[in-house]
Amino acid sequence: MLLEVERLRVELHTRRGSVTAVEDFSLALEQGEAVGLVGESGSGKTVTAHALMGLLPRERAEVTGRAVFDGADLLAMDRAQLRQVQGRQLSIVFQEPMTSLNPTMRIGRQVEDALRVHTGLDAGARRQRALEAMALAGLPEPEGLYRCYPHQLSGGMRQRVMIAAALVLRPRLLIADEPTTALDVTIQAQILDTLRRINRQEGTAILLISHDLGVVRALCGRVVVMRQGVIVEQGRVEDIFHRPQQAYTRQLLEARPSWGKGKEGQGHG
Amino acid sequence: MGKRRNWYLTLGLVLTGLTVGFGALGLVWTPYSPTAPSAADRLAGPSLAHPFGCDHMGRDVLSRTLSGAGATLSIALAVLAIGFVVGVVIGALCGYYGGVVDALVMRVCDAVAAFPSVLLGLVVIAVIGPGKYNVILALGVLFIPSFARLTRGEFLQYRDRDFIRAARLMGVGGLRILFRHILPNAWPVLLSGLSIGFNNAVLAEASMSYLGIGVIPPDTSLGRMVSEAQSYFVTAPWLVLFPALVMILMILGAGLVGEGVRERMGEG
Repeated sequence: MLLEVERLRVELHTRRGSVTAVEDFSLALEQGEAVGLVGESGSGKTVTAHALMGLLPRERAEVTGRAVFDGADLLAMDRAQLRQVQGRQLSIVFQEPMTSLNPTMRIGRQVEDALRVHTGLDAGARRQRALEAMALAGLPEPEGLYRCYPHQLSGGMRQRVMIAAALVLRPRLLIADEPTTALDVTIQAQILDTLRRINRQEGTAILLISHDLGVVRALCGRVVVMRQGVIVEQGRVEDIFHRPQQAYTRQLLEARPSWGKGKEGQGHG
Repeated sequence: MGKRRNWYLTLGLVLTGLTVGFGALGLVWTPYSPTAPSAADRLAGPSLAHPFGCDHMGRDVLSRTLSGAGATLSIALAVLAIGFVVGVVIGALCGYYGGVVDALVMRVCDAVAAFPSVLLGLVVIAVIGPGKYNVILALGVLFIPSFARLTRGEFLQYRDRDFIRAARLMGVGGLRILFRHILPNAWPVLLSGLSIGFNNAVLAEASMSYLGIGVIPPDTSLGRMVSEAQSYFVTAPWLVLFPALVMILMILGAGLVGEGVRERMGEG
């Protein structure tokens, strides 16, 4: 078992009182497995991921439960221990490729950054590893891109750079928080392809967070559906896609625009 | 690229280059001794031998302007170095980490900034005594708050950007994030702040020397020269004209550079 979350509970303290953002969340992720986490905005999926990554501000969020990653509880770690795990074994790819890269740093340096922090590799070896990661993330001509700045790249390319940066240390788990939401549909499909290849070839486990069951279905074998901070349904993605047990999941499925499924003429209006 | 020429930057760089070159020259070479009096040349007008004329003690005004510009320039740069380096470090830490320390430091900065810097400079000089190095120290400390505030604003703005969060999640440490990841993004604003700061430093030095608490005679600076020349304003206008002109060009140059930098960064 790579990641085992037990009874995760997140309470956020705001000025107007406390909100329980996630309650009784349990999830087990095998080595090399791809699991989807689905729900509408505000369902707690991103808060869950951020809690696992230690991203929530400690003074304003109360996280209880256990999240055992590779034998150690992430929630019990202090900052220094967490830093050792982050990037090295556990990486995250954010939603916004346009704002997730530093405009003043060259692509190569940004991909290499984790190596600089976590390994003692020299510049040549770092460059080599960075180029490999960039190729793995599906970037064409990594050598040419290595010296580019982010503004020279399209959104899809930037998302690939983010993926390359997340992969450069060969983490065992990649958390992808809405990695395709900001991209157009054809690029979405390509990015999902890339993630699938990384999952199959490298054996990197993926926790894919999305509001779109279709996106999850393209990549994951298993899916967890969340609503208002609670898991409402989970199981094999095909089962849930074809035979949703919960009314909410059905609504979520129906909320996707799809050709031919709706009434005659609806898609043309 | 067919870009419109950035006249502010071009003109500013030319003026800055000329005045800085003038001041730098003054530090190493002057045609006459800037301090040697000569009774025969008292208040002599501009001539071939003394292109800027001579002052009330017969000292060559060109030589004095050169060395005065050098003194003003070096004092301004030293003040700027202290204010900028310390201010940026304080501002970066406060902006990025926030918290109680940030609030306290910023209130202290507010308090310092609430007084005119010349007035505070007077107080400091009254305590530690006049002289070139004391002026540098006093003004340098007084320049810290403005840079700290400017830097803090920038770092505060970048602290929660996605790319900074991403770097944190890669395990990148605090100092590295501050100075490798955020600082380059803050440069455009800090650079134009630097040019305004340079102007203020030149003016502050001039004001303090004008009030007689800066450079001690027989050394001189542009402000000191203007101050000494004011009683001869009608009879020997070249005494005030040349140092004032150099000072104005110096300030104008730095101001234009700042404007040009901002314009250029804004376009890019």
